[in-house]
Amino acid sequence: MPKRDDIHKILIIGSGPIVIGQACEFDYSGTQACKSLREEGYKVVLINSNPATIMTDPMMADAIYLQPLTPASIKEIVDKERPDAVLPTMGGQTALNLARELYLDGYWEKENIAVIGVDMDAVNITEDRQLFRNLMEDIGITQCRSRTAESLLDAKEIVEELGGLPIVIRPSFTLGGSGGGIVWTADELERKVLRGLELSPVHQVLIEESIVGWKEYELELLRDANDNVVIICSIENVDPMGVHTGDSVTVAPTQTLPDKTYQRLRDAAIRMMRSIGTFAGGCNVQFAVSPDNETLVAIEINPRVSRSSALASKATGYPIAKIATKLAIGYTLDELPNPITGVSSACFEPSIDYVVVKSPRFNFDKFPGVDETLSTQMKAVGEAMAIGRTFTEALNKAWQSLEIGRSGLGADGYEELDPREVSHRLKHPYWDRTLQIRNALKLGASVEEIQDITKFDPWFISQIQLLVTLENQAEGKTLEAITVDELLELKRHGFSDVQIAWLLSQGGETVSEDQVREKRKSSGLKPVFKMVDTCAGEFPAQTPYYYSTYEGENESIKTDREKVVILGSGPNRIGQGIEFDYSCVHAVLAAKEMGYEAIMINCNPETVSTDFDVADKLYFEPIYWERVMDIIDFEQPKGVILQVGGQTALKLGKRFKEAGIHIFGTEFEWIDFAEDRGEFTKFLTQLDIPFPKYGTARTVDDALAIADDIGYPVLIRPSYVLGGQGMRIAVKEDELRSYVDTILKTHPENDFLIDRYLEQAVEIDFDSVFDGESLHESGIMQHIEPAGVHSGDSTAVIPTYTLSDDVLATLRDYQERIAKAMNIVGFLNVQYAVKGDNVYVLEANPRSTRTIPFLAKAHDRPEAMVGVKVMLGAKLEEFDLDSKLVGWAIKEPVFPFEKFPEVKKELGPEMKSTGESIYFMDNFDDEHFRKPYEFKNLYLSK
Amino acid sequence: MNNTPKLYSARLALSDGLIFYGHAIGVPGTVGGECCFNTSMTGYQEIFTDPSYYGQLMVMTYPHIGNYGTASQDDEASNVMISGLIIRSFTERYSNPSADASLRDYMETHQLTGIQGIDTRQLVKHIREKGVMNAVISTEDVTDEELVSKAKQWPSMAGLELSQHVTRQEAQSFPAEGDSKYKVAVMDYGIKKTILEQLRSRGCSLRLFPAQTPLEEVQAWSPDGVFLSNGPGDPNATAPFAAPILEWAKKEKKPLFGICLGHQLMALSEGCSVDKMFVGHRGANQPVQNLSTKLVEITTQNHGFAVKEDEHIERVATVTHKNLNDGSIEGLRFKEFTGFCIQYHPEASPGPHDSRYLFDEFVKDLAAADPSSASGGSSASLSSVASNAPH
Repeated sequence: MPKRDDIHKILIIGSGPIVIGQACEFDYSGTQACKSLREEGYKVVLINSNPATIMTDPMMADAIYLQPLTPASIKEIVDKERPDAVLPTMGGQTALNLARELYLDGYWEKENIAVIGVDMDAVNITEDRQLFRNLMEDIGITQCRSRTAESLLDAKEIVEELGGLPIVIRPSFTLGGSGGGIVWTADELERKVLRGLELSPVHQVLIEESIVGWKEYELELLRDANDNVVIICSIENVDPMGVHTGDSVTVAPTQTLPDKTYQRLRDAAIRMMRSIGTFAGGCNVQFAVSPDNETLVAIEINPRVSRSSALASKATGYPIAKIATKLAIGYTLDELPNPITGVSSACFEPSIDYVVVKSPRFNFDKFPGVDETLSTQMKAVGEAMAIGRTFTEALNKAWQSLEIGRSGLGADGYEELDPREVSHRLKHPYWDRTLQIRNALKLGASVEEIQDITKFDPWFISQIQLLVTLENQAEGKTLEAITVDELLELKRHGFSDVQIAWLLSQGGETVSEDQVREKRKSSGLKPVFKMVDTCAGEFPAQTPYYYSTYEGENESIKTDREKVVILGSGPNRIGQGIEFDYSCVHAVLAAKEMGYEAIMINCNPETVSTDFDVADKLYFEPIYWERVMDIIDFEQPKGVILQVGGQTALKLGKRFKEAGIHIFGTEFEWIDFAEDRGEFTKFLTQLDIPFPKYGTARTVDDALAIADDIGYPVLIRPSYVLGGQGMRIAVKEDELRSYVDTILKTHPENDFLIDRYLEQAVEIDFDSVFDGESLHESGIMQHIEPAGVHSGDSTAVIPTYTLSDDVLATLRDYQERIAKAMNIVGFLNVQYAVKGDNVYVLEANPRSTRTIPFLAKAHDRPEAMVGVKVMLGAKLEEFDLDSKLVGWAIKEPVFPFEKFPEVKKELGPEMKSTGESIYFMDNFDDEHFRKPYEFKNLYLSK
Repeated sequence: MNNTPKLYSARLALSDGLIFYGHAIGVPGTVGGECCFNTSMTGYQEIFTDPSYYGQLMVMTYPHIGNYGTASQDDEASNVMISGLIIRSFTERYSNPSADASLRDYMETHQLTGIQGIDTRQLVKHIREKGVMNAVISTEDVTDEELVSKAKQWPSMAGLELSQHVTRQEAQSFPAEGDSKYKVAVMDYGIKKTILEQLRSRGCSLRLFPAQTPLEEVQAWSPDGVFLSNGPGDPNATAPFAAPILEWAKKEKKPLFGICLGHQLMALSEGCSVDKMFVGHRGANQPVQNLSTKLVEITTQNHGFAVKEDEHIERVATVTHKNLNDGSIEGLRFKEFTGFCIQYHPEASPGPHDSRYLFDEFVKDLAAADPSSASGGSSASLSSVASNAPH
């Protein structure tokens, strides 16, 4: 069937601010959906309150509404735009729930708006645990025994029925398994049931028998209006049942299923998808398989694109959201070409000839006291994906991608192995179990012992064993003695030069990373780049999407165009999330528009920057020195852009400089200099610009002396961190002492700073672009909360609302003088504290910041694009820089405290919010302003 | 070539001179054959034992092979049929509750020679661009040139009659599961076990006849219908074996069903052309459209020859199925007699179960031809079954 011609204008609902369980993957799917619809000639109307999304950029839709995701907003937009259809499957659970609420009210029907991409009655079935259960029984799909409870009493009865604890709790209609978990004790049961009932919008929880330890699988499916169904990707969880799939290390395709078992999963998934109403679009099905007899049970089905479908798209190359959108408007799979090959059909099941490992990224360090064990409720804030030709190679690359300072799965000199600690961390599902398995094997444990404790499939453990065997063979050899074949074998298994250097240092003389790199390069060992093509090489593919490996043929063809390499921001974490991917995408577009070949390097599968049709070339690789340098060595770009990817990319700057690689924009010395508080304050002193009293310390004694000198309260912070990691306010000596202890443990390599904390000062974020001559004011934002609450966590308003003209003039004067004196080319963000008429500089960041996308949306002006183009040589006068802001725009942060009930809600200099939304207001009576204003001091803590 | 090990224990030499250096797996020796690739990500054991692969060197595009070991019930025939195995990474330690041997032990038992650790993707792309060609795998200490010349001398698949090597030596009977409704003569050119299971589970009693069985013997068993199996080699070479039985079945109005080689033999018997393909289709993800229902099946395929689409085809048959990737013919129903045939493998194993309705279709033909059962049996019609409805 060709596309529908009875609809012309389609409303897409976005997913709102980033929260745990719903991250930038929905910007990726929403962006694909917008492009997919517009290329078919439909008008697209979009609602999303998240300003840091590409989907809300002016070029993505015909009408964009940056409004709260509420029924009232939808109705207002519908009245104005009169869409013919709504597509609610691209915005995660948020969009689906919102559309469902309106559906239950009969709203869509009343307004004569077709709901496409999903069958709303089917959503009821998939979200209502009992209905789902009944349906699965009808179609002969086995499930865990379970029943829904609507009270604590119900729950207790059901537990008895199921034969007692442990059991699993799953609240209905919550996101990312919120409120769910495994219950081991009667106390826990009471607490968790009540919390689940509270969190569930329909006040219902499912009590389910526990199959902790079973193998867990996911299938990503597409279905068209003719009821054709294809499986795009199969995913196996390395962590067995009991850990939320978003928190599990996962691998694609399945590794440990024989064909007959896999086909049972496939048959069951297809039957399930066909059973839930009539709709055309994407869907995700989860199964558990008994490791003893391969009994199969269905866990759940999600009739929408998801985090897993974003992963599946990046893992296979198959653009699920794009195709799902085409299916929603009436195309059938057989009518669509595979956009990757261009020559074969989209109606097929991708075959891949590599292994993909996804590793979740956690941020427990931000939440002291949090329960770090993993459970059925998601706790990860982001993820990294790695591609290798083997599982071992991909696993090492995944650890290099996480940006937690590791150079692979162990063997990087990081820790002394303590058998008790290793054993403890194996027994409980902690985030680093793959590493602990390596450690246990290193300490001599057997595959069977580890299997017994962790319930990991022995295949995965034996693959890690293979790595340990290689480690043991290399240890004790010297750099001279190790053969080229041995080096090649290590590289093929994903070992980094740092790991190899560490291994070769164990025998005696210390070997450096550079020495290993030198040796392997002179031995002719350098990676080749293979293509991700959906078809295992069966058809020629056109997509410039590559990963590195150590094999024979290089498939990446180097052009003779001038190239710009843009470093992405890696896995999402608090303080470095979608806002940086937003800027990365704009950097790519800017570089392309300036005539360069834009090369993107990133490892975050949720992002738009890793969509195959964004950059001229995409390398899906860790933002890790060795991997990045391998690409630069091959591509020989004119330079790199590292001011848009957050702290990760910046940290590599020094080594780029040393390696003679050009960095676009502000001279790296100046970027680096801004982090050196001593130099920076000298510089401010010379400019006669005030700053709070401070001192630099390396030890506890230093810190105490400084605090005595400048007076409490003081602000303690390590240098080179983003999102205020490790920052605290201390009001007295013993607090200071304990914070400093922590910092010395977590950031031993850096100096840290003790600042005088300015009580009750107003904090200002000033973003700008400087082209060497003039300064463009991207925006001066005033924080509602007092200085001391991290800028990412505060509610901020643009334009400012209490500053006098004098203060504003001072801010502008300071900003311009700093920009000039630092020879800024491109972005400059300065944070100020204003107390009375006094303006103090807190810090300067000569790079794109978290607030750039917000400002772009507030002004309806391409701030990121302007900044990057200036870095690449454009002048500000070339741009139309008129602001279209009327009234005020407010940036409202969202926090994950609901996911961490054991953590107290308090705000301080360390950032804790996961995302933000934008809200436009006409006056200060608006409750979006009034409420945070009223509570501005309430949560300020340390 | 980049990143090639200095020390190797096995080599793969292609007839066009390209050589890969890797590590030996299975038993040592030198083996040759047509080098082709399969893109299935699961089901290696079923592939190794599929008689249609007889004499071929198999490149598995999925890099890890051996992960779930081997289980004797997963064999599609009594022996390994491929002549050599080419993979990226060999797994000794396996995980699978139903497995009874590691791939290493299995290769030993079945005397299979292989090579691992080579850039299989490069090899696949090479074949894709240059077409399938012969090659040898060797663990022996001879020069590269000698290996290449051995590969060059290896007999070409075109014109080779290979069913004689994989067919049964003697006729063999298999009862239907449950009540026997029909007697089906199965011409064995190298049949897969799962095909037998699919037919038997639908009430067909089977008698398997060796490829060169004289017509009289088949006649004497008085079957209700005839099935022509899959098998290796050039169908043009095997066609003479099948001609008498096909002629008889058509004349006697015995329903006919052919799969893969059987499909090609039926097409040849109606004067169609069957040509060697440049690369062939081998994998478990090939999309095929049923032209009457418009539904798409994801299919398992394994063929290096294909029926040519020309004006003649239109006269003798209706094209019922087409490949969505390259438009090639995947199914035919004939105009002058009751019979249809399918180029791919509806029995799957390995692969998706989307096409098993075709066995129902055959049973429906048998029922329609059977004067004693006017109701036409219990099978569903082609158009009423969703194409990839799981069975």
